Amino acid sequence: MAQHAPKVDFRTRLQEWIPKLVLSPSVAAMTVFVYGFIAFTVYLSFTGSKMLPRYDWIGFENYQKLWGLSSWWTAITNLGVFASLYIIICTVIGLGLAIFLDQKIRGEGMLRPIYLYPMALSFIVTGTAWKWILDPGIGIENTMHLWGWTSFEFNWIKDRNMAIYTVVIAAVWQTSGFVMSMFLAGLRGIDNEIVKAAQIDGASNWNLYRRIVIPLLRPAFLSSFVILAHLAVKSYDLIIALTGGGPGRATEVPATFMYSYTFTRNSMGIGAASAVIMLMTIAAIMTPYLYAELKESK
Amino acid sequence: MSAATQDTAVRTGRITRTFIYVVLLVFALFYLMPLFVMVSNSLKPLAEITGGNMMALPQSWTLEPWRQAWSSAQIGVEPTGLKPYFLNSILMVVPAVAISTVLGALNGYVLTKWSFPGHKIIFGLLLFSCFIPFQIVLIPMAMILGKIGLAGSIPGLILVHVVYGVGFTTLYYRNYYAAFPTELVRAAMIDGAGFFRIFWRIMLPVSGPITVVSVIWQFTNIWNDFLFGASFGGQSQPMTVALNNLVQSSTGVKEYNVHFAGAILAALPTLLVYIVAGRYFVRGLMAGSVKG
Amino acid sequence: MRNKIIGKIAVAGALLATTSLAQAEDVEVLHWWTSGGEAAALNVLKDDLQGQGYGWIDMPVAGGGGEAAMTTLRARVTAGDAPTAVQMLGFDILDWAEEGALANLDSVAAKEGWDAVVPQALQAFAKSDGHWISAPVNVHSTNWVWANKAILDELGIAQPTTWDEFIAAMEAVKASGKTALAHGGQAWQDATIFDGVVLSAGGTEFYKTAFIDLDMDALGSDTMLEVFNRMTTLRSYVDDNFSGRDWNLASAMVINGEAAFQIMGDWAKGEFLNAGKVPGDDFLCFRVPGSEGAVSFNSDQFAMFSVSSEGGQAAQGAMAAAIMSPSFQSAFNVVKGSVPARTDVPNDAFDACGKQGMAELAAAASAGTLVGSIAHGHANRAAVKNAIYDVVTAHFNGEYDAATAVEELVNAVEGAL
Repeated sequence: MAQHAPKVDFRTRLQEWIPKLVLSPSVAAMTVFVYGFIAFTVYLSFTGSKMLPRYDWIGFENYQKLWGLSSWWTAITNLGVFASLYIIICTVIGLGLAIFLDQKIRGEGMLRPIYLYPMALSFIVTGTAWKWILDPGIGIENTMHLWGWTSFEFNWIKDRNMAIYTVVIAAVWQTSGFVMSMFLAGLRGIDNEIVKAAQIDGASNWNLYRRIVIPLLRPAFLSSFVILAHLAVKSYDLIIALTGGGPGRATEVPATFMYSYTFTRNSMGIGAASAVIMLMTIAAIMTPYLYAELKESK
Repeated sequence: MSAATQDTAVRTGRITRTFIYVVLLVFALFYLMPLFVMVSNSLKPLAEITGGNMMALPQSWTLEPWRQAWSSAQIGVEPTGLKPYFLNSILMVVPAVAISTVLGALNGYVLTKWSFPGHKIIFGLLLFSCFIPFQIVLIPMAMILGKIGLAGSIPGLILVHVVYGVGFTTLYYRNYYAAFPTELVRAAMIDGAGFFRIFWRIMLPVSGPITVVSVIWQFTNIWNDFLFGASFGGQSQPMTVALNNLVQSSTGVKEYNVHFAGAILAALPTLLVYIVAGRYFVRGLMAGSVKG
Repeated sequence: MRNKIIGKIAVAGALLATTSLAQAEDVEVLHWWTSGGEAAALNVLKDDLQGQGYGWIDMPVAGGGGEAAMTTLRARVTAGDAPTAVQMLGFDILDWAEEGALANLDSVAAKEGWDAVVPQALQAFAKSDGHWISAPVNVHSTNWVWANKAILDELGIAQPTTWDEFIAAMEAVKASGKTALAHGGQAWQDATIFDGVVLSAGGTEFYKTAFIDLDMDALGSDTMLEVFNRMTTLRSYVDDNFSGRDWNLASAMVINGEAAFQIMGDWAKGEFLNAGKVPGDDFLCFRVPGSEGAVSFNSDQFAMFSVSSEGGQAAQGAMAAAIMSPSFQSAFNVVKGSVPARTDVPNDAFDACGKQGMAELAAAASAGTLVGSIAHGHANRAAVKNAIYDVVTAHFNGEYDAATAVEELVNAVEGAL
């Protein structure tokens, strides 16, 4: 709160400027490295850039080409399927585990890091392990066969129509524990007098959670939705490591599409156009959240 | 953990409780399975893996794959193992985490306790910057790093990671400090304490939990990054790039046991951070980013 | 060993302290040969250069058959920090030459007489505007079949010489319960098979008209329909677990006797040799039936990026000369499975398959049937290559039938031009 004293000596003036000075490196970096680069990408999407940036204006041609590509439509559809399943499943598992873990569970201290650790691993690690486990020849299917269940079949990763669901499995494995932590934190933040009062009123457990506890978790829902949504839109590493976009191009998503057009197909203009669409999607998801978040805080 | 007084535990019957324990254990197994597969197969000789059971424990235990992954696996033209790259990662991660965390704390402090007109917009812009896909910044970033002479060096990598991490750290600290009573800061100001003095004496001592969250988040993201490391690391490539070279080997027999050992070696520091600091993690989240 | 590592750490430390780039007398080499024999072979080159007093700074980035390395390269060139030498393939080299980023190697080439010994078809990718810009390490060819001899003997199958015999042979293998065709379902592997099938179904003229000149009529012709029909047939002999499998694991299936054939470039030979198998006794190598006489090639080259310092240029020259020296060409290609990029290298060190490859390369080069591989970026630029990948892989995975694939191929190529 900057206050203007009647007599402004040097020290007070300095005190007024320090906060802004402290903030300024971050703001400057953000302006250049985030918004400057976004502007650059938007500009590139209107140029005929191939291998390296070029600065010839060609209008909306890249966008026309982009929407005419069947693989872009596949990528968008996949993202829709992947993102909705991923967000829903992570939220359900995260919330469920958090509620269960909050029942004075013995060994909570053991279980929590077990649920959380996948978040610590990089995509190369996750990809190598899951690719193996999901592979019918060496993974679960093979194990079940060796254990005597010979009719067991689990070959989704090799099936063009099912492969995207294996990406969901691995992604849920990686982040649902993190979501659990956020809900657990939310639960621990609830005043348990409210819970006790409701119990005295004779509310059933189911109703207690449905009517009272879960509505109080609104901030945790919001935060986890934003984190999951942005991870879904950005997910690139996992798909490359797990399926490489295959079988065929069946698990291509916008992030892999953009990388492939920009870097391996030398069509930087089209890659930039797809990046702009992705950024617009993220903005569409984020703006309502940001608006709500900023309106409510002082 | 003073969890006992904070939880929302309800009265439950024996059957329900058993059910809860079963569910929790089943999920624990689900989360542990890939780690189990990696660890147990990294301790087997290769012959036992090919054609064997992925879930089986090793019949003849061996640490040889670990030794190879660490010090003699082929990464480039020379069989150096992952060892030389470990130092690169450390030299990159430690300053990057420290700088971005300090900046985030200061930013959060300014945005909540020294706010000025327009602070919400700045925060909104910082927050949105968390969501930029890294693939699109690669080329313009290369241009800038080249211009300022930091391309292909560890300081360059640190800069990149600080720039794209500060949005997250600011978010964490800002939400955390928002819940801290502003009256205390006002009182200190009236007593004549300056900007840094208040930060040092009043804010920092209560920042433990959120610092844990911020450090864990940044450490994990930076340690695990591949794209920036491969593009801007130059001769100081981080460990992820080396691991990638190891597991992406395109010729010869695939030495799965060495790959798994390497993968775990590369993940050890982040795992360690999670296990050591993990117990403060929920507390930090609770106090900060998901406050009601 | 230990000293080497300590030395390496010391070097890394020194580099850190100064954040300087490669010293003038060093070559910094970006490549993706990080495993087994390839890395060992590259080490020969490194030792050779070090013997001449030039340091080697290693920049390995593996993944995606060089895709990851090419992304790294883009970032480094944009930053004005290009490595001195970069492993590259086909049109990528010409693209970089067009950007004016590559160094001129004419003086080394003249001194060593490259013009006379490197096949014309290969020079097309090593020269730009008549100037040498890169040094080819090897010539791979992609229209090879690798076969497990024991399986063929057991089933009484002779080495197939026509497409129909090939199909009959695979049918017999399939009936015996083994996998007929070992294959890995990755776009580039599907396309590698496609190389051989196009040559076998359409011949070199068709190959050139359709895929190098990109004639739309040829791309949409009945011959193309036949090509895709043959791809459908091949798909029926691949096991169900093929998707995403690495090529060397497919080779391992042939080596271990789980599968009879693999259609793959000659780098597969390295896998057979490493496993102690002997060409002619344990395994057979022959051209995709119907494509004999034609060779679809790709060539790994080291392109040199412009450096200003004289010391740096000297180091590049030394590296280029070392790469092209007959002794290195022989030593490297014996390990890699490919054949030398110059035609005057003695074939003594090569095995039967290698000798056959060298003879066929020379014959194809003079007959004009040496064509750039579609799958490996020696027929078209990246945009078109990948557009072809899309269709071939979608068809091979059952998304399109043959007729739709032909239609989509025309659309895709038109869209990418």
